[in-house]
This record gives sequence, C-alpha cells and structure tokens, in this order.
Amino acid sequence: MSERIDIAKTYKLYVGGAFPRSESGRSYQVTDSRGKFLANAAQASRKDVRDAVAAARKAFPGWSGATAYNRGQVLYRVAEMLQGRREQFLNELAASEGVPVKRAQSIVDTAIDRWVWYAGWTDKVATVLGAANPVAGPYFCFTVPEPTGVVGVFAPQQSSLLGLVSVLAPVLAGGNTAVLIASQDRPLPAITLSEVLATSDLPGGVANVLTGRTGELAPWLVSHADVNAVDLCGTPESQRAELERSAANTVKRVVPAPAHEPDWMAAPDIRRLRGYLEPKTVWHPMGV
Amino acid sequence: MATPTTRSASGLPAELAEATRDDTALRRFLHGLPGVDQVGVEQRAAGLATRSIKKASKLWAIDTAIGMVDLTTLEGADTEGRVRSLCAKARRPDPDRPETPPAAAVCVYPDLAECAVKALDGTGIGVASVATVFPSGRSSRAVKLADTELAVRAGASEVDMVIDRGAFLSGRYMQIFEEIQSIKEAAGSAHLKVILETGELATYDNVRRASWLALLAGGDFIKTSTGKVSPAATLPVTHVMLQAVHDWYVATGELRGVKPAGGIRTTKDAIRYLVAVREVAGPEWLSSRLFRFGASSLLGDLVLQRRTQLDGHYSAPDYVAVD
Repeated sequence: MSERIDIAKTYKLYVGGAFPRSESGRSYQVTDSRGKFLANAAQASRKDVRDAVAAARKAFPGWSGATAYNRGQVLYRVAEMLQGRREQFLNELAASEGVPVKRAQSIVDTAIDRWVWYAGWTDKVATVLGAANPVAGPYFCFTVPEPTGVVGVFAPQQSSLLGLVSVLAPVLAGGNTAVLIASQDRPLPAITLSEVLATSDLPGGVANVLTGRTGELAPWLVSHADVNAVDLCGTPESQRAELERSAANTVKRVVPAPAHEPDWMAAPDIRRLRGYLEPKTVWHPMGV
Repeated sequence: MATPTTRSASGLPAELAEATRDDTALRRFLHGLPGVDQVGVEQRAAGLATRSIKKASKLWAIDTAIGMVDLTTLEGADTEGRVRSLCAKARRPDPDRPETPPAAAVCVYPDLAECAVKALDGTGIGVASVATVFPSGRSSRAVKLADTELAVRAGASEVDMVIDRGAFLSGRYMQIFEEIQSIKEAAGSAHLKVILETGELATYDNVRRASWLALLAGGDFIKTSTGKVSPAATLPVTHVMLQAVHDWYVATGELRGVKPAGGIRTTKDAIRYLVAVREVAGPEWLSSRLFRFGASSLLGDLVLQRRTQLDGHYSAPDYVAVD
C-alpha cells in the first residue's frame, strides 16, 4: 500500500457565526517557521471587511445588552472549549512560531488562563471603573462603563495565540463586538480560535475573524465609519501614521501599536478593558 | 413601434378597444394573453441580477434611484410631524451633500396629503396619496370615490389606488375595469397608479392579466404592492409588469410606468431593478416619469452608498438620517 497523503486544509473566514469563503475567492499558503507548507487560508478582501463589520454591528445590541454575568458565563464556556483543543493549539503554535514543545505548552496554558482572567472581569469591571459620585444637591449621580461598539482588532503578528487572546478577550469582555484581522503569516491559531468560538455559546457576529494581507485590509477597516474603535497592534509599521490619521476622520478610539510587541506572558491589567469602555454618567433625583 | 391603421374613439387600436366592449370580450382578451414562462422569467430575473455595476455607473444608478423614490409612510401611527419630516428628507435626502437629487414624491394616506402638499409647495416633488380604502380595497364604490376625492381636493398630484383582489380572483374583470375608469375620472389631472397587490394574485399569469386590465382601464402606472402583504415586490413580478408596459407601448405608442413597492431596502436591490428596467422595458423607462420605487428605508441606504462612493470609505448609519 502506498504512503498516505496528508489532507491539506483550506480554511475559510469566520463572519457572522458562519464560515464563508472570501468574496474575492482568493486564498494564500500558510507555512511553518521553516517555510514548510501547513495549510491554505482565505485571503479576505475589503468586501469581507464590510460584511464582517455589518455582522459585528448586527450582533452588538444583543451582546452589549446581555447581562455581565451572562457574558462571563459565555466566555468561561469558550475557555472550556479552548482547553478541549489544547493539543491542536500546541501543534499549531509549535509549527508556526517554531518554539519548543515545553515553551508552546506554557504559552497555550497562559492563553487559556488569560481568557479566564478576562471572563472573570465581565461582572466586576463596573464596580472598579464605575462610581457613585458625590454631588451638592438632592441627587444621586452614578457613572457606569458602557461598551464602545464595534472594535477593529489587528492581532499581533508574532504572538499568534497568546497575543491574539490578550487583544481579543478584553474587547469581548467589555460587551463590544469585534472584527479581528489575524496574524498574516501565522493565522492558524486564530482560525482554530474561530472554530472554538463557533462551537461555544458566543452569539454569531460577536467575534469575526478575517485572514489575509493585513496591509491590504487595514485602510478599509480603519476608515470604516461604522467601526468605533481600533487596536492597531498588528498593523505594518509603515502604515501606522496614516491609519491613525484616517481613524481620526471618524473620531474612533485608537489603541496605538507598540513600537515592539510586548511580552505577552507578563501579568495583564485592566488597561485594555478600559480602552473599549465609555463612562456614562446618570443623575437621578433622590426619593421624596 | 406598430402604427395600427384603425383606431377607435378612445384612441386605442381596434383589437384593444374591442376587448373592453363587454365582460365576455374582456375575459376572452385577458385569458387569451400568452402565459408566462415561470422558470424562464425567474431565470432571466436572476441572471440580470448578477450584472455588476461599478464606479461611475454605480454613482449614476444611485442618483437615478434617489430621484425615483416615492418616499412612503403608510402607518396607522402617522402624524403631521412625521409627514413634515419625511417631506424635508425628500427635498434634501443628504443635507451634508446638497447636490444629492431630491426624491420623486412623498406617499401618504389621504388625510395627510394636505400637510404634505403644504410642506412640498414649490419644490416640484409630487405628493402621492393612497386611496380607494387602502390597503384592502374592500368597500363600496361610493366610498372609494369619496376617498379619491379627498386626496385630490387636498392637492395630491398622484393617486395610488388598490384593485379589489377578491373581484379579480373570482373573475369579475369588468367590475375592476369600470372601477379603475371611474377612479381615473375622479382623480382628474392627478396621475393614477394602480396597485395590483401581486402577492395575492398567486400566479404570474394573473399578474400579466391584471397589468393589462389596469393599462386598458387607463392607469398611468402599475404598482406591484401595498407593502402590507408579503411577498411584496419581487424581481420576476416586476419583469412581468415591465413586459406589459413595453408591449402596451408597442401596441399603442403610449408610455406607461411601473412602480415596485415594498421590500426594496438596499442599494443593491434598487440597482438590480434598474438593470431590469433597462433590459426589459427599455432605456426610456429609466426616468421618474415612468419608474418609481415605493420605499421608506431604501432612501437611507442609497444616501449611505452614495457617501461611500464619494468618500472612498465605508459609511455608517450614524452619519445619515436613517428612518
């Protein structure tokens, strides 16, 4: 009997809870850290960006309106599913980032823990960032954090799983919906994450994952008027200034890209959560 | 264009005049119309809908479509304030870009026509009023005529009447024919649009018969639906109606219009209709005199897409007055 031939996968995008091919019909080859072929990934176009933003906008009222407790439960469930796919993440991480197995294990475990950490924040963030403000009058004055809206996220180019989780989870935990552009050369963990999201309880459209050329998609996502915030982390350095300018035209919140990718293993804080929350202050007359 | 040698007193070619002589002749004529090839018309509609319209042509199509919109509000909860704000939107669909063309008309219930006429005075935008007991069309002829007179007295320049679908389905064609004629008379100089409510006519053959019946009786426009019944306007149904006005033009030399209404919400849909108009009826129908969209939310999407074309980036409902 002849040797068995590997089945090379051709992955698709994750938009609105479904897995469509790119509108453009394009795909590109994904290789491991040594240049060996791993799989084909869909190469998204600007129209896929448009569809993903529309899906995220459609999902926003439901997700932002869900109780914080409920959002937490859904995100915990995602963490459970991540745990179930641990082996697959290990393999993909070891292949695409070229790290030893030991190191890959510690990255995957940290990524799952990071997801749980953010899931825990859903019903606590209001107490930390909100306030009962003292006022000189017969009123109560409250400040509560509210989600910003649709967030465009450019996942880190190097850290394809831990970095990805560290930028995506805070967006979702706050009640925002996300359009995520995966790492261009290391998209497999993001694709597997989208398969995890699709089979967990996360409503379709809350997170949308596009793969393709970051530099091609960035101008369209950042200039899109229906996107309320962008995280420029994974954008090409040459485009960053122009992207920030373009985001300003529609008054978006911008999380600027760091000069170098940070050490994602470091303990997180709530800065990223706060980046996608808007304080709402309410005055309420005291009872008679 | 055919030039018939014999024309009757009504100005119609002999065989069409003969068709309206009495109930039997009318029935014979309508049932003698060729049947519609259901698979064929659906396939053609789907085929034309795949045509790609880009860049300058798309911008032209968007502007043309905006100029064809009958901005409609037909709700029980309509108020004068709502009608006035709708009129403001019809005059200037995108206040940030004043070069955006105005809508063709505003379509309201007859009791609100006066309010719309006042708000649109001097703008050239028409006021269409529904009449004849919209949307069911079920009452006595006296009531329907009174309804029409109310609209016309209020100054409506267009009257959208509904046919009695019950009468049509039970084959009382002459009753509908006479009804359309008497409403046309009552409407006077106002344009008469005849709503067939194709969603209740069941077959394409019936749509073709109803179209010809309305054209014979003097309707200036044939309109697909009230918007209260699902399915409302569909591309294949509009195809059948566009064929009818085209054939009417060939037979008589008169240009009559078509108005799909209900369910057209996106620019993509609207452009598909324009392609159908161009290909099925002909280029002269690409004008608000002969083709209209009955819609409320369509205008918002057209304005959005117009901005996307001009700004070079995707726009959002936050930036336009979306109804």
